[in-house]
Amino acid sequence: MKIVLENLTKIFPSRNKKSSDEVVAVNNFNFEIPDGKLIGLLGPSGCGKSTTLYMISGLQKPTGGKIYFGDDDVTEVSTEKRGIGLVFQNYALYPHLTVRQNILFPLQNLRGADKMSKDDMLKRAYEVAKLVQIEELMDRKPSELSGGQQQRVAIARALVKMPRVLLLDEPLSNLDARLRLQTREEIRRIQKETKITTVFVTHDQEEAMSISDLIVVMKLGVLQQIGAPQDVYDEPANLFVAKFLGTPPINVFDGEVKGGKLYIGDDAVLDVKNVPDMPVTVGIRPEGFVLDENGPFKCRLSNVEVMGRDVSIVSTHPASLNPIIRSIINADHKVEPKNDEVAYTLKPHKVFLFDKETENRIRF
Amino acid sequence: MVDSKQQWKAWLYLAPAIILLLVFTVWPIINTVSMAFLEGYSGLTKTGGDVSFKLGVGNFTHVVAHPDFQQALLNTCLLCVITVPVSTILALLIAVALNAIKPLRKALQTVFFLPYVTNSIAIGMVFAAMFNVIGSVGTRRQIISSYGIVNDVIMALGGDWVNWINSGSAYWANMLVMVVYIVWNALPFKILVLLGGLQSVNKQYYDAAKVDSTPRWRVLTRITVPLLSPMIAYVVITGFIGGFKEYTSIVGIFGEKMGPVHDPGRLNTMVGMIYDSLERDNQGGASAAALILFGIILIVTMINLYVSKKRVHY
Amino acid sequence: MSENTFKVMKQRNMRRISGLTEPMRIFSQLGIYLFLFLMALIVLFPFYWMVISSLKSLAEYKLSPPTFWPKQVLLSNYADAFTTANLGTLFVNTMYVGLVSTILSLIITVLTAFAFARLEFKGKELLFGALLATMMIPGELFTITNYSTVISFGWLNTFTVLIVPFLVSIFYIYLLRQNFLQIPNELYLAAKVDGTSDFKYLWKVMVPLALPTLISITILKMMGAWNSYIWPRLVANDEAHRMITNGLRNAFTETTGDVNYPVQMAAVALVSLPLFLVFVFLRKYIMSGVSRSGIKG
Repeated sequence: MKIVLENLTKIFPSRNKKSSDEVVAVNNFNFEIPDGKLIGLLGPSGCGKSTTLYMISGLQKPTGGKIYFGDDDVTEVSTEKRGIGLVFQNYALYPHLTVRQNILFPLQNLRGADKMSKDDMLKRAYEVAKLVQIEELMDRKPSELSGGQQQRVAIARALVKMPRVLLLDEPLSNLDARLRLQTREEIRRIQKETKITTVFVTHDQEEAMSISDLIVVMKLGVLQQIGAPQDVYDEPANLFVAKFLGTPPINVFDGEVKGGKLYIGDDAVLDVKNVPDMPVTVGIRPEGFVLDENGPFKCRLSNVEVMGRDVSIVSTHPASLNPIIRSIINADHKVEPKNDEVAYTLKPHKVFLFDKETENRIRF
Repeated sequence: MVDSKQQWKAWLYLAPAIILLLVFTVWPIINTVSMAFLEGYSGLTKTGGDVSFKLGVGNFTHVVAHPDFQQALLNTCLLCVITVPVSTILALLIAVALNAIKPLRKALQTVFFLPYVTNSIAIGMVFAAMFNVIGSVGTRRQIISSYGIVNDVIMALGGDWVNWINSGSAYWANMLVMVVYIVWNALPFKILVLLGGLQSVNKQYYDAAKVDSTPRWRVLTRITVPLLSPMIAYVVITGFIGGFKEYTSIVGIFGEKMGPVHDPGRLNTMVGMIYDSLERDNQGGASAAALILFGIILIVTMINLYVSKKRVHY
Repeated sequence: MSENTFKVMKQRNMRRISGLTEPMRIFSQLGIYLFLFLMALIVLFPFYWMVISSLKSLAEYKLSPPTFWPKQVLLSNYADAFTTANLGTLFVNTMYVGLVSTILSLIITVLTAFAFARLEFKGKELLFGALLATMMIPGELFTITNYSTVISFGWLNTFTVLIVPFLVSIFYIYLLRQNFLQIPNELYLAAKVDGTSDFKYLWKVMVPLALPTLISITILKMMGAWNSYIWPRLVANDEAHRMITNGLRNAFTETTGDVNYPVQMAAVALVSLPLFLVFVFLRKYIMSGVSRSGIKG
């Protein structure tokens, strides 16, 4: 089931009736989620990603625009008729019901032609329980489960109706670091097995990059970029996306293009043909630096962190917009600083130029 | 969070309550106020035919001028002014003591809550029995067969017996019995609230006080009472509101005549006055008295809130 | 500073840190227990006196000095009390009124609290505020008009008059609404996603989760019926509809003078017994409800 969002907009009226400052949570969204894929909605808090999810679920009505499931316009269709499964950030398991009763709960609401016999319901419940690997926990109460187990129960409850679309709101944020790694693989596996179009919301770019087929980056209600995680990382559409993706984060500098050369400070660090003379913001990924004694880009060395496979060099530069510059170098290279100075050449495909005003990418 | 178009559904859920409230709460407020200002309004005269009543404050002046009302007001105020501080201080001491012990705390806590779950009429009758003197008290030739357990205890301690509630008893003796009973009745709720407050006080304050070797009474007055001040304010305010509505406890001890045999009505209260007027079919007077009672409760609560705002420490 | 003063200081500090010396601590603990036992004795004494008096013969009751345990346990007082006050009928009447009004009141309270806690409608906050404001008004103010109202409805001396006027309690609605509000909003949204109707959600999720509060309300309401006195006396004081407290007061109009106290105390004990049982078994529900209220019954 593909999902199409068309000019989707959500405006929250201001709380104070007298003032007119309404909040535009989602601003004129257009995109298509292909069938059977795992999509990550990514952005800092307040970017409208949860609102988008809730509008897809039908719990919130859009102020404008349309939502299609396949070819059906579901904009005016109520939540329960959309055939979705939704997993909440805090799981929202019914605390007084056992795991089995929690999973059965949605099935017991089915009416008319969809109505199931008790045996079928149980059979279905056990099938999903097996899928998420909680068969042994069926008689427990939610309070007797660990966070990871509760998460699985919540997913089972969302899947038991065989939804056309599965929605997950910050599915990993309530788990500890180790469980988070494990659970995200689990979500990937379940999605692959069921082939249900799945949309999840997260503020953690690493989480989104690691399991999504497509990521959707948002900022203040405005869509920034959609694409496969690697593509978005390699070709960010603007400075925000470049800064938001990647750990360690991208290094940002003030720069200038003069006569087909990119200057950072007084150093001409890279050839950039086809770019007119103009001041620019320069983004360089940590892995975009190559140690070179005669390299054009000279920084002051602060310290060297050895991390086994890689070496991380921390340095400073007057044109840097961050307090420090962090570069990641293969550990094979010996770092031999001269006079506390370190010199690099840059990998052109790891260097991005952005317009100082619009912050949009300038290709070269 | 959820956008709902079906507002009428909410009103469906509310309907039973709203209908009942309109009939038994909203209408009475309107009607009682209007009756209070219709001079001489009475259910009897109204059903007798087309009688029109003059608008005015006659009911109020009549009620206020009535000696029975003045007596009832005095009784009510006296009971409030005595029982609220006494029961609050006693409850505070008991709560602090309960909080200071470990073994038997649960058992004692249960005992102190017991009077809450009682019938004020029924236990009032027990108190009457304890204070009652059996025999021909108050007549010229007194032949007394039993002085009652309270007098027995007083006499065992070397005191003189008192005619507490029988014919010929003194007003102060009657009041003292009422104070004892009302305080006894008021303790459990106050202890429950205050002890609940004490147990939520951060133990570190007490540890800090201990390190500074603060004496016990100072801990009580300088730490416990200020920290408990919101709860104390709460029990004092509810105590005053309950005190001004005192009625059934007096019926429990003295019966519906509201006083000793030789002087019925001596211990009547504001609420008693209202019901007396109602039973005499004087709705105008009853309404006026009820509004006066409401006014007094409102003023006393305001004063309490004002004082506690200044004195409650957080 | 000489070595000696230092020693004295050190000793004084030691004493300070421990607060009280060990014998003093035991002494003060003893004082606390003594105070509590004395108060407990005073609190319990009326119950004790009620029970032993109800077991004495009239002749023994009048003895001076009194006996603190009946020489001869007389259970016949209870039989006398039961017939004198006609306690059987009173008990049935009171239970009937108590049960019916509790069930209806619970239904109304749950529906109203749900609307205020979970549903959206215009004027919600205003209406709720207005309802809370009526809690300030003393009940007597309503009683005066309600008395005329029930007369004009022709409800005098019926069970209806004892049940209907007090079905809505703002306080219980408030209590339950607060409880409902503590249930996370996500549960409601999850139920919505699953196509659960509001009513089913209320019944299957909110009511079970708020069960302790509902039990508190049930007990307080039943106790209210058991202890109600003023309103029944006013509107239903006939033989067929009389409630237990009124029956007790009517059967023993004399409280002072030469009264047959043992029988009276037996009647009082019988009326107090159900309350005592509720106290023994359901105390925690009463305490949790009461600590938030300040109203009796």
